[in-house]
Amino acid sequence: MATASGELGIIGGIAARFRTCPVTRLRVDLAAERLIKANAVAAVVFLAIGGLMGLLVALTRWPAVHLLDSEAFYQVLTLHGLNVLLFWIIFFEIAILYFASAVLLNCRLATPRLAWAGFGLMVMGALLTDWAVLQGDSSVMFTSYVPMQASPNFYLGLILFAVGALVGCAVFFGTLVIAREERTYEGSVPLVTFGAITAAIIAVFTIASGAIILIPTWLWSLGYIGHIDTLMYKLVWWGMGHSSQQINVSAHVAVWYAIAAILLGAKPLSEKVSRTAFFLYILFLQLACAHHLLVEPGLSAEWKVFNTSYALYLAVLGSMIHGMTVPGSIEAAQRRNGYVHGMFEWLRKAPWDNPAFAGMFLSLVMFGFIGGISGVVLGTEQLNIMMHNTLYVPGHFHGTVVAGTTLAFMALTYLVLPLIFRRRVIWPTLAKWQPYLFGIGAAGISLFMLGAGTLGVPRRHWDITLSDAILSFDFQPAAYLMLGLNGLFALLATVGGILYVLVTVGTVLFGEKVTEENALAALGPMPARVAEAGGSAQVGRHGGEGLVHLPGTYVLVGVFFVAFALYYFVNWKYLSELWPIS
Amino acid sequence: MAVRSPEVRIWWNEPVARGELLWIFIAFLWGLFMFFMMIYWHINGNQNLSTETYRVKPDDFVAKVESFVEKYKVGEEGDTGVPVVAPPPGSDVYMLARLWEFWPVLQLEKGQSYRLHLSSADWQHGFSLQPVNINIQVHPGYEHVLTITPTETGVFSVVCNEYCGAGHHTMTGRIRVVESGAGR
Ligand code: HEM
Ligand SMILES: [Cu+2]
Ligand SMILES: [Cu+2]
Repeated sequence: MATASGELGIIGGIAARFRTCPVTRLRVDLAAERLIKANAVAAVVFLAIGGLMGLLVALTRWPAVHLLDSEAFYQVLTLHGLNVLLFWIIFFEIAILYFASAVLLNCRLATPRLAWAGFGLMVMGALLTDWAVLQGDSSVMFTSYVPMQASPNFYLGLILFAVGALVGCAVFFGTLVIAREERTYEGSVPLVTFGAITAAIIAVFTIASGAIILIPTWLWSLGYIGHIDTLMYKLVWWGMGHSSQQINVSAHVAVWYAIAAILLGAKPLSEKVSRTAFFLYILFLQLACAHHLLVEPGLSAEWKVFNTSYALYLAVLGSMIHGMTVPGSIEAAQRRNGYVHGMFEWLRKAPWDNPAFAGMFLSLVMFGFIGGISGVVLGTEQLNIMMHNTLYVPGHFHGTVVAGTTLAFMALTYLVLPLIFRRRVIWPTLAKWQPYLFGIGAAGISLFMLGAGTLGVPRRHWDITLSDAILSFDFQPAAYLMLGLNGLFALLATVGGILYVLVTVGTVLFGEKVTEENALAALGPMPARVAEAGGSAQVGRHGGEGLVHLPGTYVLVGVFFVAFALYYFVNWKYLSELWPIS
Repeated sequence: MAVRSPEVRIWWNEPVARGELLWIFIAFLWGLFMFFMMIYWHINGNQNLSTETYRVKPDDFVAKVESFVEKYKVGEEGDTGVPVVAPPPGSDVYMLARLWEFWPVLQLEKGQSYRLHLSSADWQHGFSLQPVNINIQVHPGYEHVLTITPTETGVFSVVCNEYCGAGHHTMTGRIRVVESGAGR
């Protein structure tokens, strides 16, 4: 039996130790498997640290609680941004890259030694930066806008981390080359791998921008460079900072497709459409650094309009396409699985008690409705005047990167545990509730920060009573209410986050071993399938074949579109009531 | 399945379902609409951020604001010692952002336009006019000139919304708007 121990065999041309996955029948390179585990574990550790910081921040911004003093608040907020946005997400993404290349392509991982070196660099860099912030002289927020200066180790740590991540991307591309040369798969790469390629290409671009700006900034902090232009810094920094968010989008969209495929047997409605949508990301997502520069002096309006809209909203088009094809492929699969009644039987009878599915679908809905819509509004040149640097901004990106990306990655974890760690999830009941608790908490913090931002409450701000200011100002009572509700939902999200860490760590340490016999069951509840795993006889040759109608999906995207358009116009109405400025 | 290679090798020749095409078409048109909406607002809207910007040495900007204050000072704000400045309608008015205040207090007239010059003496700051909710980034070294026209009287506050170090949450300023003619 090949599941329990490695076998020596030929994988991708060279002798490597591998096992055969009992569910997918793919051969899994054990070196790749170890690297996936290491990166996933590091990711969860940084999420635990950073999530805790998030709670402390939210409790401080809750006026009735006001937990930390101001110095600690800015320090903890800096740590929060770094540990969750950079470290948690990027470690997890490296794990996804290795999974989408070596495992899905049935191939050995290129140069595992180099991959470990990259991992080591990332760990060292993350620890160095965190350590610098803990010293207390680097509370500059993860954006570290000049001329505010952190200690040199802050920048050095980020540079090491970025180089490590770049090595990870190189290993990923190397693995693709090996797989192609040694024909470990037939035809084109799977859609999920295609999504991962999208993410990795964008990653290389953004890491290059990061190096271009962080290396001189590091030299400046050491005193070798006299002056760094504030506007130039922001422009290049966001060339990295915003595009790197598109890595997250590509990665979590790939995760949506993967979970729908593994649990429901969903196929993309059309490979052509889904791949084109990913391709639009590559073409246009590297724009959009203007999202952070819309109310900046010294940049032309033409450039802002073009850049902020990704040319003609063509990357938004990509996301709107995925927003239809992902639920569409689920509906198609479920209808084939026999859930054909009415408009929504396919959705009602979906495996809502499987945390992988629940997390994935909540992530899809909340990313679109909360993160997506608020993002387009925020990124509209003139509308940004009403929102720049208010809590609207963190409200928006907790919709994208917490309710969207983080929840999707959590959902994927419930499949990674049985498939890669080969352990059955312990405490299935807790696991079942986890995505709901975290998802609702994340939705809450997003919505209430959006609300507070609409009322003008600044972001990264310790005290909105402004009691220490010489010239006072009173925000309206509704703003205080929003911040209080934000605190409550932060507690909910934290409970969800703690459950995630407990279940994950508990499973890795104490979970029952997955064997040939219980492998399928270990993936959690699944709908009965007409076509069993791998069998494609009745699935049709492509996802859209023979299906004229996906009424449920049409209704969902219709509701989405109406909500989008209404909210968009309401904001223009608000804008028109503002003092004229020109 | 999305985790397997496409079964149809020549997948780019597959037919695409009509519903899918329709959605792509709608989403594309919506994107075009949103793009042209921004341009339309530049032509027909009243809220567009000026791009008029000059490079300026922070010290020079401070000097300009000081002479502006000297010229039009009409009093002090309560017992804070912060000067209140009432420049004539239509003129150039200045507001300096520095650790940790917006200086001075401006007294403007309702319905009149002013050319507001914004810059910073040190770090970046965020000019956030409340409760109107106009938010503009302020950089050292860049003098940003925009025309604003208050449409209501009252006391308005400027709250710094770009994190600017230990005293960020104490950084405020004020703009008073009075009836046209009342300030002179
Ligand atoms: C328990 C879960 C979480 C809670 C309660 C939480 C709460 C918050 C709050 C209240 C803020 C402060 C907003 C401000 O004052 O400007 C914040 C900022 C932020 N959060 Fe979270 N968050 C959580 C999880 C996450 C996750 C998982 C991510 C990323 C994947 C994330 C990314 C960020 C970032 C990038 C910032 C901005 C930091 C800055 O302004 O420099 N958060 N969060
Ligand atoms: Cu400030
Ligand atoms: Cu500030």
